[in-house]
Amino acid sequence: MAIWLTKDSKVIVQGMTGSEGSKHTRRMLAAGTNVVGGVNPRKAGQKVDFDGTELPVFASVADAMAETGADVTVIFVPPQFTKAAVVEAIDAAIPLAVVITEGVPVHDTASFWAYNVAQGERTRIIGPNCPGIASPGASNAGIIPADITGSGRIGLVSKSGTLTYQMMYELRDIGFSTCVGIGGDPIIGTTHIDALAAFEADPETDAIVMIGEIGGDAEERAAEFIKANVTKPVVGYIAGFTAPPGKTMGHAGAIISGSAGTAEAKQAALEAVGVKVGKTPTETAKLMREIMSGS
Amino acid sequence: MDLYEYQGRDLFERHGLPVLAGGVATTPEEARAIAERLGGRVVVKAQVKVGGRGKAGGVKLAEGPDEAVARATDILGMDIKGHTVHKVMITVTADVAEEYYFSYLLDRANRTFLCIASVAGGMDIEQVAAETPDKVVKAPIDAVKGVDEAKAREIVTAAGFPAEVADQVVEIAVGLWQAFVAEDATLVEVNPLAKNGDGRMLLLDAKISLDENAAFRHPDHEALVDQAAVDPLEQAAKAKDLNYVKLDGEVGIIGNGAGLVMSTLDVVAYAGERHGNVKPANFLDIGGGASAAVMANGLEIVLSDPAVKSVFVNVFGGITACDEVANGIIQALALLEQRGEQVTKPLVVRLDGNNAEAGRAILDSANNPLVQRVDTMDGAAERAAELAAAGV
Repeated sequence: MAIWLTKDSKVIVQGMTGSEGSKHTRRMLAAGTNVVGGVNPRKAGQKVDFDGTELPVFASVADAMAETGADVTVIFVPPQFTKAAVVEAIDAAIPLAVVITEGVPVHDTASFWAYNVAQGERTRIIGPNCPGIASPGASNAGIIPADITGSGRIGLVSKSGTLTYQMMYELRDIGFSTCVGIGGDPIIGTTHIDALAAFEADPETDAIVMIGEIGGDAEERAAEFIKANVTKPVVGYIAGFTAPPGKTMGHAGAIISGSAGTAEAKQAALEAVGVKVGKTPTETAKLMREIMSGS
Repeated sequence: MDLYEYQGRDLFERHGLPVLAGGVATTPEEARAIAERLGGRVVVKAQVKVGGRGKAGGVKLAEGPDEAVARATDILGMDIKGHTVHKVMITVTADVAEEYYFSYLLDRANRTFLCIASVAGGMDIEQVAAETPDKVVKAPIDAVKGVDEAKAREIVTAAGFPAEVADQVVEIAVGLWQAFVAEDATLVEVNPLAKNGDGRMLLLDAKISLDENAAFRHPDHEALVDQAAVDPLEQAAKAKDLNYVKLDGEVGIIGNGAGLVMSTLDVVAYAGERHGNVKPANFLDIGGGASAAVMANGLEIVLSDPAVKSVFVNVFGGITACDEVANGIIQALALLEQRGEQVTKPLVVRLDGNNAEAGRAILDSANNPLVQRVDTMDGAAERAAELAAAGV
């Protein structure tokens, strides 16, 4: 069944006609995703050919939903236009919006998030600045490579893209129900906690890998949530133990400010609630392997 | 990007907020000119991005231009907690009767903004919050609705600002919010927000952070970067659109994806504990593509750091195929040679993921004596640390 994205999901792409959008639309189609169209008001009515699959371009998310029954949008528009694209998706009340765009100003993210809350959170937002969500063997919405792993019973939630891929690769023989890249920006739509709750409720997920990194206190809050709400085994990995305070490590949100946001604090919080935390990605995969093999 | 106090003062002034008249000087003579322009008694303040400069002797009164020159001479070049003072701000003096606190900041946990206000200003707000939490008001701000007069009055009332300053503080709270939004700031902190002897409110200090992701709509923010304080390697990397952070170790790091590179730093540091305590020399994320040109630019930056003794190239082929990455590395080395760069430091390369076998075969057949291939991330980190320790 997986979480949030299944083989029945109908996916549209905002920014499908741009370079990144078209490249990844092609990849999503190749991965078996049911991509049903794109959105670009200036090219509405046109059709775009993706290796033999003709996809229609609609003027708006609402039009695309009305015509195709789409329930997922993947957003590839440049940072200047991301806020407007997400607001449009929220107005159309699409159930899932995956925002891939990197470099979105945090005021814009705060603004579309507040707008989403005001509309009653009808739309689940993943990202921005994330690799998306993949339910191996079923559907792929975003830029996560589809051929790393097949389907299985591990759930994965991660702030980082390549660490997501690394972990999928390490555990490719066991496989994953769903892998969610939530992104490393200071404000994100879907959190570790949202994913943990969904995996806990998903009958096709047996155990969860959670990948965090320095900055903020999302991992600490996730630890509290795990203590109170998660019965399935969770293993964790935190990146950034050796990052110096005050330096942004690639992701806009990955920064230790004062004594807040350190990897040590996050590891301690997770271990205090019984989550095993690996020292390296490989060691983390080993911990999960032990759990899945029942040893 | 964090601003200096004088940049914050200028920014507040541009947004019509009440600040003290002043200017910034890099030499004692510039300090004289500003003091002459301002007239009378002035304050000379060291411009450093660290707290506690008053205690360190970085804030002095001067009775006129001559004294301003003397005080600026004392303060310029001073070391405050490892920060050398290159600039001083000169302002007229304030006759402070009361000190309050006011700030807007990003609240990551609640995915919104927060206003913090207190009538106990002039000291560390975290200390005030710990010792007398009832004196600190924290009000969430809806990012869409923002702070209008009604919201500002609600905060001012809750924080217990005295009636005689309430109207002024409301006006400042609204103006400060407008500046916070207009400049794409993630923090504006005024401590102290002061009541002058004449009853006028003044923003006496400014701590401002700006969102670099919003640079595309603020071409003027580029000028606020203190180029002299930026590491030359970081500057060179930025000019080539590389995401590079200089660190204090010996093992150069190149990888794809911020999380993987951060993780690589950790794994190398752990390995370094077994090899002469060597550490990562830098953070460098070459992103998804990893073309030969980008790889060459990255290698060039990393190798130009004299502290680097070995380089660890850690790539997980996700979208990019590892054979392309391997070709990129070989071509990058050739490209560096063409540019006249003599590469002598060993490279440890780990390729995994998409087309890893093909990539490894390319590296093997290239048979470059500088390139060593290790198949696992942990093993490669170990080897890179060992080579760095041997090269120190």
